[in-house]
Amino acid sequence: MSSGEIGLALSVFLACTVEAVEALTIVLAVGATRSWSSALSGVGAATLALAAVVAALGPALTALPIDVLRVFVGGLLLIFGLQWLRKAILRSAGLKTKHDELETFREETEAARAAGARRPGFDGYAFTISFKGVLLEGLEVAFIVLTFGASQNRIPLAAAAAALAILLVVAAGIAARAPLAKVPENTMKFAVGVMLSSFGMFWGAEGAGASWPGNDAALLAIIPGVLIAANAIVWALRRALQAASAEAPLHAAGGNTQPSEAADRATVGA
Amino acid sequence: MRRVRGFLLGVWDFIVGDDWRTALGVVLALGLTALLADAGVSAWWVMPLAVLGLLVQSIRRAAGLTFRTPPR
Repeated sequence: MSSGEIGLALSVFLACTVEAVEALTIVLAVGATRSWSSALSGVGAATLALAAVVAALGPALTALPIDVLRVFVGGLLLIFGLQWLRKAILRSAGLKTKHDELETFREETEAARAAGARRPGFDGYAFTISFKGVLLEGLEVAFIVLTFGASQNRIPLAAAAAALAILLVVAAGIAARAPLAKVPENTMKFAVGVMLSSFGMFWGAEGAGASWPGNDAALLAIIPGVLIAANAIVWALRRALQAASAEAPLHAAGGNTQPSEAADRATVGA
Repeated sequence: MRRVRGFLLGVWDFIVGDDWRTALGVVLALGLTALLADAGVSAWWVMPLAVLGLLVQSIRRAAGLTFRTPPR
C-alpha cells in the first residue's frame, strides 16, 4: 500500500467512524423509545439512498480528466477539511462545546417521547428520524469516499474502509446497547480535518498544474505541517482565552469593559 | 419553485457550510496556483500559505462570534 492509499483508507475510516457513532445515537434513541422495526427501516432506506448517490456520482467523477478531477476534488476536500478542522480546533481550545453522545441521546429520547403516543405497527416518527439521521451523517462520508476514491482511482478501497468502520461501530453499539460516548470524537474529527485539508491541498495544487517538491513524498511533509499549524492555533487560542480570563476581572473592577469584550479583543489578537 | 430553492440552499449549506469566505478563498487560491503554473512559475507554495491564512481567518471570525455568544 502506498502512503496515499494508507492516507485514503485512514481518512475514510476515521470520518466514517465519527459519523456512524453520531447516527447510531439517533437510531438507538428512537429505536428504544418508539419502534425498533421502524427505526431500522429508516436506516435501511437511508443506506439505499446513500448507495444510489455513490452509484450515480462515482462513474461521473471517474469519467473526468485526472487534472480536472483533482482540482475539483482538492477544492471540495479543502472546503470540507477546513470546516472539520476549524470546529475541532475551537472544541480543543474550549471555545465550542464538545459533542456529547449521552446528552444527544437524552435529547433525542425526550423528543421521541414528546412526539405523541405510538400507534401499533409502522411508526412514522421513528422511521423519519432514523432516515434523516443516517442520511445526513452519511452524505458527508459518501462524498469523502467518492472524492478520495476517485482521485486515486480506488473507490473500492475507500468503500471498504467505510464499510469496516460502520461494521465496527454497529458491533460496538450492539455490544454496549448504549451510545458510544467513550469514542474520542473530537480527536478523530481533528485527525480527519488534518487529513482532508492535507490531501485537498496536495491534489488541488497538482490538478491546477503545480508540481510538489518530491512528488507524492510531499504528503509526508504536508500532513505533519498541517497538524503542527492546527495545534499551534489551539495553543494560541488557549493562551488568548487565559489572558482574557485574567484580564476580565480587572476591567470589570474598573467598570469600563465587559468581560466578553476583553475576551473578544484577546481572541482577535490570537 | 420553493422545493428547488430549498434543494439548492441545502446543497450550498452542505458544501460551503457556514463560512463562504473560506470556500471562496480556496477557489481563488486554486485559481492563482493555476495561473502561476501556466506561466511556468513554481506554484506549489500558494496552497499551503493560502490554507494557513484561510484557517487562521476562519478561526478568528468563529472565535469572535463564540465570545460574543457564549456556548450553551
